[in-house]
Amino acid sequence: MAVARTNASRAQLFALSAAGLASLFALWSAVAASGWVAPQFLPPPWAVAERFELLTSRPFAGYTIQQHLLSSIGRFLMGFGFAAAIGVPLGLAMGWFRWLDEVVSPLFEAVRFVAPIAWVPFAALWFGTGIGGPTLVIFMGAFPPALINSYRGARFVEPRLIEAAQTLGAGSWRVIAQVLLPASVPSIVAGLRISAGLGWQSLVGAELIVASSGIGYLMVKGQSNMSPSIVMSGMIAIGIVGFAIDIALRRVEAAIHARRGQ
Amino acid sequence: MMRGSRRRTAVALASLGGAVALWWVFTATGVIPAMRFASPREFAAAFEQISSQGYADAKLWQHALQSCKLVAMGFAVAVAVGVPLGLAMGWSRRAEAFFNPPFLLLRPIPPLAWIPLAIVWLGLGDAAKVMVIFVAAFVPSVINSYTGVRSIEPHLVEAAETLGIRRAMFLREVLVPAALPHIFSGLRLSLQAAWTTLVAAELVGALRGLGQVLSAAAQDIYPAMILVGMVAVGVCGGAMTLALALAERRAMPWRAA
Repeated sequence: MAVARTNASRAQLFALSAAGLASLFALWSAVAASGWVAPQFLPPPWAVAERFELLTSRPFAGYTIQQHLLSSIGRFLMGFGFAAAIGVPLGLAMGWFRWLDEVVSPLFEAVRFVAPIAWVPFAALWFGTGIGGPTLVIFMGAFPPALINSYRGARFVEPRLIEAAQTLGAGSWRVIAQVLLPASVPSIVAGLRISAGLGWQSLVGAELIVASSGIGYLMVKGQSNMSPSIVMSGMIAIGIVGFAIDIALRRVEAAIHARRGQ
Repeated sequence: MMRGSRRRTAVALASLGGAVALWWVFTATGVIPAMRFASPREFAAAFEQISSQGYADAKLWQHALQSCKLVAMGFAVAVAVGVPLGLAMGWSRRAEAFFNPPFLLLRPIPPLAWIPLAIVWLGLGDAAKVMVIFVAAFVPSVINSYTGVRSIEPHLVEAAETLGIRRAMFLREVLVPAALPHIFSGLRLSLQAAWTTLVAAELVGALRGLGQVLSAAAQDIYPAMILVGMVAVGVCGGAMTLALALAERRAMPWRAA
């Protein structure tokens, strides 16, 4: 009786993993094929695969699935880019200038309580349903972690480093750019990884509600056509892209850690 | 020390007050057109309207109650399933080997992406909302309970074993309390995800709820009511987080600080 102690061999564990995966698909196929539930309700896995394939060549809701994905990714990069470009410098500056921290923090905390998705109506009203509206929603999702982690990074820089720079005559801006920024890179990148995840999520939400293209829009159209296979194809595509974004940022994180010998 | 924190509070109040003043000035002078954003007076009027006469078929407290009720239901089911599953996966390598692959496969799909499927399956009623809230709240509760068990110090377990503890008692006295801090941080994430997902689901389609207020106000191009809806979403979310923090303190009196 000990935590995670086992007498099972690697092969046994591997077999169990395969069984776990297989039972997911087996259960799904069995329920779908048994006729308990109509195929319009739960299509079997192969029907979803077929539909996915079809969506790559035949346009649905105006575009093929690749084009929808491309427009989603474009919006994501824009919202995420803004969040990083504003959040990181602001966070570092808040970590350095006490007065800025004291002025901005209460506003930030007050706004942060509102779920990013609740910005959708204003986003649509202010920036329309094309690129601007969804971008604002992504920004609202991705901004807080970018800001918070840069702030924390800057606050926990070793005071000796700052003192050394100041002794050598560096001003506030130089300290921020040449001491705080490089020293807090690991924390910033960790924050950006969370940002990216939340941003991608918020994007999907925004596109479900207001958009005229994009992967979320494809899913809503599939929903109103009562076609779960289209909806599931969208879910798969979203999962794959989200996973790829996460892996890419993990790589960056690992590379940075490796370079710093940690 | 004392003076520093008092100064901080004063600056915070001044900052919030300044933001409200700016809001008032910009909307009163027409720098921000009324079509785009509401003035404080319009905001108050919209609040008055939804509180006394109602908007989108119900009064504010009814919408809020509906949303909170659904979150509580979905959250409770997700926790009741997710925490034991996470504990089991942390405890036994076999359970981990079996459950982890399907879990890893489903995890990258954000909870919001389940909304259209839930609507196709269950329609626009409460059942679809509870389903997406369940999906949203399930993942963090599993992961953190798992991490909680894995981070238990081995000598705690060994000490309990040496004393010849029985399985049920071990669970109750060692495993769960030791994993509790992690479990609670998982619950916090779960609750946040559940709340966001519910608001999104209600925006996509609902008969009642705060998200429905937002979506009706967006359709009527009624900025003041959108603002009321957003504030209500923030207040309810904040209140739930606070309630969970209180429960956390109650459940772990030994971590009072």
